[in-house]
Amino acid sequence: MSLKFSDEATSKLEVLYERYPSKQPVILAALHLAQKEFGDLRDEVIDLVGETLDLSSAHVYGVATFYTMFRRKPGGKTSVRICTNVACMLRGGYDVLAAFEEKLGLKKGESNDEFSVIEEECLAACANAPAVVCGTKYFLDVTPDQVDEIVEFLKSNPHPESEVA
Amino acid sequence: MPAEIGTVLVTRRFGDEENKKITSYEAQGGYKVARAAMVKTREEIVDEVKASNLRGRGGAGFPTGLKWSFVPKDATDVHLVVNCDESEPGTCKDRELVYWDPHLLIEGMIIAAHALGAVHNYIYIRGEMMREYAVLVKAVEEAYARGYLGEKIMGSGKQACHITVHRGAGAYICGEETALLNSLEGLRGQPRLKPPFPAIKGLFGKPTVVNNVETIMNIPFIVEKGGQWFADLGVGRSGGTRTVCVSGHVEKPGVYELPMTITFRELINDICGGVWKGRKFKGLIPGGTSMPPLGESEIDVPVEFDALVTDERIKPVEVTEGVNFDMGGGRELRTMAGSGGIVVFDDQTDVVALTSRIMGFYHHESCGQCTPCREGTGWMDKICKRLANGEGKVGDVELLGNIANGIAGNTICALGEAAAWPMMGFLTKFRSEFLARETVGKADGNEGEAA
Ligand SMILES: Cc1cc2nc3c(=O)[nH]c(=O)nc-3n(C[C@H](O)[C@H](O)[C@H](O)COP(=O)(O)O)c2cc1C
Ligand code: SF4
Ligand code: FES
Repeated sequence: MSLKFSDEATSKLEVLYERYPSKQPVILAALHLAQKEFGDLRDEVIDLVGETLDLSSAHVYGVATFYTMFRRKPGGKTSVRICTNVACMLRGGYDVLAAFEEKLGLKKGESNDEFSVIEEECLAACANAPAVVCGTKYFLDVTPDQVDEIVEFLKSNPHPESEVA
Repeated sequence: MPAEIGTVLVTRRFGDEENKKITSYEAQGGYKVARAAMVKTREEIVDEVKASNLRGRGGAGFPTGLKWSFVPKDATDVHLVVNCDESEPGTCKDRELVYWDPHLLIEGMIIAAHALGAVHNYIYIRGEMMREYAVLVKAVEEAYARGYLGEKIMGSGKQACHITVHRGAGAYICGEETALLNSLEGLRGQPRLKPPFPAIKGLFGKPTVVNNVETIMNIPFIVEKGGQWFADLGVGRSGGTRTVCVSGHVEKPGVYELPMTITFRELINDICGGVWKGRKFKGLIPGGTSMPPLGESEIDVPVEFDALVTDERIKPVEVTEGVNFDMGGGRELRTMAGSGGIVVFDDQTDVVALTSRIMGFYHHESCGQCTPCREGTGWMDKICKRLANGEGKVGDVELLGNIANGIAGNTICALGEAAAWPMMGFLTKFRSEFLARETVGKADGNEGEAA
């Protein structure tokens, strides 16, 4: 069965086409929407985005694999992005990462249905290091002993990144 | 009058959630400057910006008025693109700026677009900034609804100005302006060869100005109060205030808008409550991780752009001990103000591990187009890791300096320098600590483990 964008996504894309001289610049928005609707960007989804934007699947694949926020395989509902870059490292970012890995039983880069654990580069929240971002939700000045509480919060309040797609 | 501590422009509306609403922005006089600017000529505004000594806040400190004047006078399809990709480690001002005061950015864009003759304009926002994306989209919608954006803005009857918020998807390199343009066009975000420069051939092949968020947010103040007023707030060739992001080992990290003349030592002690936990200062990164660090004897220099380049209290960066790095034509490299991301580290910090983390970052973010950058960042990452892990070999420090020297100046974009400069900079300022990690292959050392 071939995939289709929802009506909502289709109308969002149509609004965006007006803003550019061709459909090609809409590709990142289309990939974000596709990831929201289909969970990941497997081959069929890549094909769908290509057909929708009149682009080759090879082009879409090339773009999709360039950017780290796109995933080709299913991931957790909430992506927990934990910064370990310098400002966060200096204030315990690696300990926070380790605490999430232990609490969730996942190594960085791994996922279960609920969560993906992602070691992030600088999240532009350095003045509140260590920083953790889940969709539109920021956890700032995080200490390892807050990790239990954060995970419990996210279990009842998932923050999928598709919120803003 | 020179700015004093407490003179704030772009951060003045921080801290109040109400301020991001258009009603509150208008109540505080918002959009009046843009409206008044509509009857000014292009040249008048560009001249005002030139007189202001406003310099780009995205990293290079390039004079904004001059950049704008590169757009051909008779150009029609011009684009203004605002760079909100902020991902240089240590930098966190643009994210806060757009979160607290999105309408100031939009007003600045309307004025800049008018001065450039630009109709279709874009804000490229980093993919991970989801909360801020939502804030910007909302603010842009409000501005359309109130007639500040659209086909015939502010009752002008003729002028059109559109803003589209364009979301990235995770790639540091997309902050580099030509990579950003490729990404906006729907391509992989790889930098372009320059020339042609964006002002001549940029987005969709048209003349384009790319400016940082903070740069554009200063425009309404300049147009309202005059270029000279803004120039006088600053010092020398650097007008206005400086928004810095202080992180790391200080008691009160934060985003602070300060006079250009404040020194790093004053910043740490008077503004940020000193080094944390009563420890001693060891060093700092002055403008995002791509800028060479400063040690204890070098922090009585002001945060201003030119001071960091020329002040002789700052030791020039070396390739190896006693041999200065040559930027071309014999020019020395001290450091630069960069993105305003200041990362302070205390006397208990392992600078080798810190440098290793930085090299890991640039290796990960290299787009791979140029061999010196792709391979060089990989080698520096690997060698720094082994030094940090106690497996450093005799000669590694020399090798690192040479690799970095071979990258700088030999790549398509400045990511090459962004990795090479801090590498040489950390070696220059903390060489003995790196040398102490060369344990494998030492005559008295653990030769046997080398294999
Ligand atoms: C690797 C690299 C990353 C960059 N990242 C950013 C960024 O995140 N934000 C930014 O404003 N400028 C960034 N720049 C600088 C831009 O290329 C460009 O000079 C700047 O946006 C121009 O704006 P300005 O003149 O207002 O400073 C980066 C440059 C390089 C080489
Ligand atoms: S210098 Fe590095 S990041 Fe820049 S274009 Fe070359 S390979 Fe890509
Ligand atoms: S280094 Fe972690 S948010 Fe910037």
